[in-house]
Amino acid sequence: MKRFFDSELETFRSHLMIMGETAIRQVRDALKALVDADVALADRVIAADDELDNLEMSIDDEAIRYMNLRAPVATELRLVIVGMKASHDLERVGDECTTIAKRAVRLAGEPPLKPYVDIPRMANIAIEMLREAMDCFMHGDTDKALAVVRRDSEVDAINKQLYRELSSFMIEDPKTTTRALELMFISKSIERIADHACNIAEEMVFLAKAQDIRHRDELKKS
Amino acid sequence: METSSASSTPASRAFQVPSRATDGQKAQTLIEIENFDFYYGAKQALFDINLKLDDKRVTAFIGPSGCGKSTLLRCLNRMNDLIDGTSIKRGGIKIRGVDVNARDVDSIELRKRVGMVFQKSNPFPKSIYENVIYGLRIQGETNKAKLDAVVEKSLRGAALWDEVKDRLHESGLGLSGGQQQRLCIARTIAVSPEIILMDEPCSALDPIATAKVEELIHELKKEFTIIIVTHSMQQAARCSDKTAFFYMGKLIEYADTRTIFMNPGNPQTEAYVSGRFG
Repeated sequence: MKRFFDSELETFRSHLMIMGETAIRQVRDALKALVDADVALADRVIAADDELDNLEMSIDDEAIRYMNLRAPVATELRLVIVGMKASHDLERVGDECTTIAKRAVRLAGEPPLKPYVDIPRMANIAIEMLREAMDCFMHGDTDKALAVVRRDSEVDAINKQLYRELSSFMIEDPKTTTRALELMFISKSIERIADHACNIAEEMVFLAKAQDIRHRDELKKS
Repeated sequence: METSSASSTPASRAFQVPSRATDGQKAQTLIEIENFDFYYGAKQALFDINLKLDDKRVTAFIGPSGCGKSTLLRCLNRMNDLIDGTSIKRGGIKIRGVDVNARDVDSIELRKRVGMVFQKSNPFPKSIYENVIYGLRIQGETNKAKLDAVVEKSLRGAALWDEVKDRLHESGLGLSGGQQQRLCIARTIAVSPEIILMDEPCSALDPIATAKVEELIHELKKEFTIIIVTHSMQQAARCSDKTAFFYMGKLIEYADTRTIFMNPGNPQTEAYVSGRFG
């Protein structure tokens, strides 16, 4: 039986998907701005953060209204809760992109410290994780969601490797310190983006199975 | 029929939060319904019901109109005996291991143990005092001190004492709808039943009166086993420890209320609790 307020949930879902797409675009653009030293693109990323902020507020508003007026239960209740949490994660992804873009602007005026290989590799994994996590939202595929969670260690490993490498740059030549630190923070931002993708994937498992897998490694491995 | 239980989360394990159902104690089965088929004449109303109901807990029966939930409720104290043409073709109901339909079970005695509160409050055209002790009066109790004590205890138990203690000898019909319903609950508990059946007890009440009855249900389960039929999903979610969902005379799902409203195992249950059918 279709209910007169079912369209509200569809709108809610579509806003979350739009938010996911916007966040992924922001990560891609922030990376491109860094690699191409494209200041104009970095500025656009910074300006576009408002889109994510507005979407988060809109999703919160829709969720609160739906809980208040429609008294959702079961899957619908989980959807509304997960939607609010995932939108918060996506908003934080946007914040990390703004950080990357600001650092990209500063780095654009400097000679590159080293060719960009690991940071794009890391960012691409984070983008894939975000995309897969959002796909889980559409299709409820918990195996895929768990695979996203497991991929987090790949990003963590690259981040650590970059940290070591950039530290050695600074030790060998202190003049590289500013640029190396910028890249370390960018690497950390990407690592955080992957963490947010993991959070979203975990939330999708809760949406599909009402099972809370946070902080439970034994469930994430299964 | 599906049964399921909420998974244990790290938070629930860490804080050891007892569910409302258990208050930290494991529930004992009080009522066992097995392979139960019930008929109104030739029409089968209940199909192969299997259900174990916990002692000193609140169980909600939910489902669309005509699903059999009230029929099953009335089978628990044989109220259906009063309807011509009803029959049990298979299975039975046991309370503490005793078959309620056995020949040697007196239905009047059974109804003393299994009291009932109806959809519409039905105080007798008597004083508040006489309403409460009506059951004891017809049992022949005449000791005034004992009757006075029962009136006070029952009205306190029904959260009505403070509102009526100064007008116990006024007509019960002069009370508000919510007070009348609580008077009926006081009348039910005055005979010290073990089980209280409630058939949509709040459907005719305003939100304040409903809240008072729900609060009362929460208090009463310390002493009584309560089975409530309700059309209000929110009421079932708020009041009950376990919920049974019925559809077309069949028990579809029975589980902890939290599971029924958070992660039901059956798509029909999900559709019903979400208001998608019924």
